[in-house]
Amino acid sequence: MSEPVGGLFEYAPAPEPRSLVSIRPSYGLFVGGEFVDPVEGGSLKTINPASEEVLAEVATAGPADVDRAVRAARRAYEEVWGPMPGRERAKYLFRVARMIQERARELAVLESLDNGKPIRESRDVDVPLAAAHFFYHAGWADKLSYAGLGPDPRPLGVAGQVIPWNFPLLMAAWKLAPALAAGNTCVLKPAETTPLSALLLAEILRDAELPPGVVNVVTGAGDTGASLVAHPGVDKVAFTGSTEVGREIRRTLAGSGKRLTLELGGKAANVVFDDAPLSQAVEGIVNGIFFNQGHVCCAGSRLLVQESVADAVVDRLKRRMETLRIGDPLDKNTDVGAINSSGQLDKIRELSAAGEAEGAERWAPACRLPERGFWFPPTVFTNVSPSQRIAREEIFGPVLSVITFRTAEEAVAKANNTTYGLSAGVWTEKGSRILWMVHHLRAGVVWANTFNRFDPASPFGGYKESGFGREGGRHGLEAYLDA
Amino acid sequence: MSLDASERHVEPGGRPARVAPAFLPAALAEVASSDAALRRFLHGLPGVDQVGAELRTAALSTRSIKSASKLWAIDAAISMVDLTTLEGADTPGKVRSLCAKARHPDPQDPTVPSVAAVCVYPDLVATAKKELAGSGVAVASVATAFPSGRSSLAVKLADVRDALAAGADEVDMVIDRGAFLQGRFLEVLEEVRAVREACGAARLKVILETGELATYDNVRRASWLAMLGGADFLKTSTGKTSPAATLPVALVMLEAARELTEAGGGPVGVKVAGGIRTTKDAIRYLVLVNETVGDAWLQPQMFRIGASSLLNDLLMQRAKQRNGAYASSDDFSLE
Repeated sequence: MSEPVGGLFEYAPAPEPRSLVSIRPSYGLFVGGEFVDPVEGGSLKTINPASEEVLAEVATAGPADVDRAVRAARRAYEEVWGPMPGRERAKYLFRVARMIQERARELAVLESLDNGKPIRESRDVDVPLAAAHFFYHAGWADKLSYAGLGPDPRPLGVAGQVIPWNFPLLMAAWKLAPALAAGNTCVLKPAETTPLSALLLAEILRDAELPPGVVNVVTGAGDTGASLVAHPGVDKVAFTGSTEVGREIRRTLAGSGKRLTLELGGKAANVVFDDAPLSQAVEGIVNGIFFNQGHVCCAGSRLLVQESVADAVVDRLKRRMETLRIGDPLDKNTDVGAINSSGQLDKIRELSAAGEAEGAERWAPACRLPERGFWFPPTVFTNVSPSQRIAREEIFGPVLSVITFRTAEEAVAKANNTTYGLSAGVWTEKGSRILWMVHHLRAGVVWANTFNRFDPASPFGGYKESGFGREGGRHGLEAYLDA
Repeated sequence: MSLDASERHVEPGGRPARVAPAFLPAALAEVASSDAALRRFLHGLPGVDQVGAELRTAALSTRSIKSASKLWAIDAAISMVDLTTLEGADTPGKVRSLCAKARHPDPQDPTVPSVAAVCVYPDLVATAKKELAGSGVAVASVATAFPSGRSSLAVKLADVRDALAAGADEVDMVIDRGAFLQGRFLEVLEEVRAVREACGAARLKVILETGELATYDNVRRASWLAMLGGADFLKTSTGKTSPAATLPVALVMLEAARELTEAGGGPVGVKVAGGIRTTKDAIRYLVLVNETVGDAWLQPQMFRIGASSLLNDLLMQRAKQRNGAYASSDDFSLE
């Protein structure tokens, strides 16, 4: 749908068929191994952000429903999952991983429909990584005594897990797989705008014959999440989402004795030195900010580029942005999909307008956006000063702010000058400089000569207002074990 | 800039033509003034990150090219083929039938374009030239002690003159990889220059044999060496060693060619050769060209695919796209 750059070689539409997935008109809550209607009524509509078409009606769980789910999880923990030997738990997790792979195309199409992300990403990133998280943690289930967390680490009990809308299936896998491997049971609350893939995952868990109650899925909006984290039957809360909500959760949990991990916002610096492999750095910048429409907490939303190469990098970046294909998320050639919701689109528009008002120079490639749905073109701001809002606030959209620096010390100072500290990127051919930067950057993840690469074996998490606790790897297990 | 320059390359009818050599701006000509200056220049080029380059081409390989765009790509690929036979067992008979195939890849379907060139050893150039007279299909000859290049410069130049005397429109030379890996850059450059001079108006393709250069940094440096020496085309491989052409190598070479254009020189084309056997492979290269350097390179004057068996797969896929059913391999002549 975007204007072709050249015009000689245009790509015909290549959509993944929507018929690969059958969406039911309405969904109940997944509690105790079956789909049930909510006690307290309510439902919400989830829409396709690329067309604003209603996809399904999804139940909203009230406090009584959350209570029912937590009780189901408690019972499953005490009677089945807690006492079960790790090697038996592993079998279930391996089975779930394989079933995710078997139903990969279906999951990918559903994820793109409900979230708006391009099928290229849901197919090549979200779904394979979700399976990988189950495979990885399945391997840990019978080896917890060797995780370096003491001779006999014990599960915590019931985990209440609240996940965001940017990677709905992947975040469910990030939360469920380690919790289950460690012997906990779960109540998962997917995001209001993207509940469908978690509900399909619930079907997969049921088909895998996971004992009833081991995983429960309660859909709904913020109040459902609030009653879940506040529920006295929950032993551990894991939250991924905004810093604002994270603060509220921490307030709620203070003094309750519940364990907590928070994975919150970010304003990552992607630092490009003058000796960087420029072509690949430009790819990394593009991947860092336009991957998943910039709906990524670890997005490289601040490009810090050394002054001596700033013009060259920005020129190449703009040329590369002109080749980005924006449009139908189900088209296999789409690079940038739809913004997840009208609310998010408003926020992106508001912050971009603030960028212009504060004097930064705005640029976006010429592209025709679809008329229906929520769309925002890939955008870059130059002449950004570090005090401007677009340089400080998380935009959570396809908007990049370019800031220049002269020395490595200045780069570090500017990169760290943020309330967040989730991720960072360093681009240089000099190994010693990478190590120096990694040592000085206050960020949970630092990518060197790459960006936005994820692996279940690698711990992920933040400094400062980006949260605490780690997910993934041996470190991530610790969050679900009493060591 | 690139448009003006490419216009120089097109004869009426759009066939590849004898051309004026790619242009080199004075500032760039200076970097080749001494071994030290050349080394500084080549080592000052931005590096290529192997992982990143391979990720980029892997991502582009997932493009899904369907229906009308696939048909366009197949015809474009056919028109960019350098139909090649480089065997010790080659005979005039084999070359004659290859030339007939080059003119009319599918005699039953006049809408199939002819290929860009036929590529043979020097002793068969005369045969090919005779067969292709008036067809617009160029005759390319490998030369300079192809494929190893392990001969004296005098022998290499004699090889080139031999091919040109027999009527070659294009010369595919090999660089001295031994000298390159030893860091004797000026020597490599001067050899390219000497061949360039010997070529006169013939188009010069410089084979880097990237499979022997080991790193993408080296591919980029060798690309610049060839361009500074006056190459009209950068060519990946002889087809005699493995790995031959790969997408990341082609990416690095295309970017080098674009950088020359940006510096006010060129235009320089790119030829990928070796191991490209299927329509799928060919389309992946066209997607790479399309999304990295763009339209200016999407024409036979600027992008070539050296291949032999590829042509029949292109014809089969073309028939499938047009008729909806797969043809039998026996529906198309072997050569």
